[in-house]
Amino acid sequence: MLEIHNLSKRYAHGDEPVDAVVDVSLNVAPGEFVGVQGPSGCGKSTLLLAAGGLLAGDSGHVLLDGQDPYALDPDARAALRARRVGFVFQQFHLVPYLSVLDNVLSPSLAMMTDGAAGRAKMLIEHFGIGDRLHHKPGELSTGERQRTALARALLNRPGIILADEPTGNLDAESARDVLEYLTEFTRDGGAVLLVTHDDRASGYAQRTVRMRAGRIVEG
Amino acid sequence: MTFLSKPMTVWRLIAKEILHRKLNFALGVFSVMAASGVVVAQFTLLRAHDLSTEHILQAKHAKAEVRLAKMEDDYRKYMKELGFNLLILPKEQDLTEFWESGFASATMPESTVTTLANSKKILVRHLLPIVQQRIDWPEQKRRIILMGTRGEVPLVHRKPLEPMLLAVPAGQCVVGYELARDLDIKPGQTITLRGTSMEVQHVRSECGTAEDATIWVGLADGQKLLGLEGRINAIEALKCHCVGVSSAQTRQEVVGILSGQVKVVLRENKVTLRAKARDRAKAEHVQAMASELASRNRLKQNRESLAGVIVPAVLLAAAVWIGLLTLSNVRERATEIGILRAIGVRGRSIIGVFFTRAMVTGLLGAALGYAAGLTIGIIVQRSSPSLRVESAGELFEPLLMIIVLVAAPLLAMLASWAPAMLAGKQDPAVILARE
Repeated sequence: MLEIHNLSKRYAHGDEPVDAVVDVSLNVAPGEFVGVQGPSGCGKSTLLLAAGGLLAGDSGHVLLDGQDPYALDPDARAALRARRVGFVFQQFHLVPYLSVLDNVLSPSLAMMTDGAAGRAKMLIEHFGIGDRLHHKPGELSTGERQRTALARALLNRPGIILADEPTGNLDAESARDVLEYLTEFTRDGGAVLLVTHDDRASGYAQRTVRMRAGRIVEG
Repeated sequence: MTFLSKPMTVWRLIAKEILHRKLNFALGVFSVMAASGVVVAQFTLLRAHDLSTEHILQAKHAKAEVRLAKMEDDYRKYMKELGFNLLILPKEQDLTEFWESGFASATMPESTVTTLANSKKILVRHLLPIVQQRIDWPEQKRRIILMGTRGEVPLVHRKPLEPMLLAVPAGQCVVGYELARDLDIKPGQTITLRGTSMEVQHVRSECGTAEDATIWVGLADGQKLLGLEGRINAIEALKCHCVGVSSAQTRQEVVGILSGQVKVVLRENKVTLRAKARDRAKAEHVQAMASELASRNRLKQNRESLAGVIVPAVLLAAAVWIGLLTLSNVRERATEIGILRAIGVRGRSIIGVFFTRAMVTGLLGAALGYAAGLTIGIIVQRSSPSLRVESAGELFEPLLMIIVLVAAPLLAMLASWAPAMLAGKQDPAVILARE
């Protein structure tokens, strides 16, 4: 599903170059839940963005379903993301003026699919926020917001979910719910790459890799 | 499928965003409305000016037409009563000499007057053949004007009219006032002129012209005294009735009848003075209209100059303002743009969102601005004495409305160009990493 080969990424931090990711290789197979753990600033999020076709590395390459997103033109790369990748972020990143339903439906702006509205409602019901259908993000609890974000990530039936600290702002119960939904997704054949520094979260992963200073040091 | 169960579209996204950020949108709409309103008000006032000019000129023209029609009518009435007075001279007559001496030296056959009188084409009613010379009166040792006339020649195809002038009987004469006074000549007295004795029929009253030094005799006596038997110097054609026909046509007709052997001079009388007055009034009217038009055009140029400054300034200000509002909107929505890009929305779709929003802003602002501008234009027009129109409806111009409704959205989109491009080029990785 996801193959990362010898990926390196260096940022310029003022005059000082910073190695965010150094020679990282990682595979995530369909049905696999992989956790990436490490301290803040170790390059986890950079790895996640690179894996999702949002940030090209300086060297190495990424394959999503066997396709190198960075070999595609921007439109084709966006289409690949819309079709195969779901993102979940710590800050939820919901559109503040859209209702739960509209937020979940927002991926249909990128890829129009038959029955998108029906699937959105089904996902919303599945994540237990059916009574919040027309509520705005500001009217939801943090757990409900993350469930909304999760439903949005799943609307286009992606092959992989890239989750960046999805439980970082959640209480224990909500965090558990989210992690169980992600586990459920892998049971249905999806792949999950979860970036976290939360031991509870990595407990749900079938495999956990640890990063430090941009390198995989374990796993 | 209800509205809520439809997939997300750009239009729906924009509608929801506008409802969420009402102030930003309202400020944009207001700026377009203000700019459109100023433009429409300016053009409405210019249109009011044009219509007003048209009405003023029409009113003046109508008034002049009435005046000229009355003059024409008066002229026609005078023509009916008096007609032209023409003086018919021999073709060879030098007119400069004629005007200097006061009478013709060349002669023409007396039959000329008969030819003219017998012509059925002729419009001239009264014909007086004249023989006239300035001569010495040796018996009195002075120079006089001798005029021989036989009175009116009847027109054979018209019923006889009252004679214009009674003929002086043969052997008699009429003496001018000054001659009679100076020489103490009395009616009934016999005088001798160049050896011919004649009785003074009467003495004319003073008229203050050369006629006071004139002696009138019968045409035949005059021809004999002057040695011009069968010849005349001139024909007076008086009271020509030529309704609807110009003096020039009458003169041409006379020349034609007499095979080009004469010259025809138009005598100034009440009719010609009236005609001149009428022509002068016409010329004055044309000049007044041109002057009014020039004045109105100057006023219009002033208004256009003002509009030429205000309109571009307002449009520029509105464009800058919309650009800033769009930039603010783009910045405020950075995270939204980032997440939309992350989930696969293409950069040009993001640009389309901002262009469409600008178009909606422009269209709504243009519609409101058109209504406001038209209303302001009407109010200003009503309060301005120089801008009179018959009804406010005249100020509505569909073409202007269409232009405003098309141009304002285009202008708003143009003003949003740079911010929209910025939004489309935003790197989602940078935005999401920052968050």
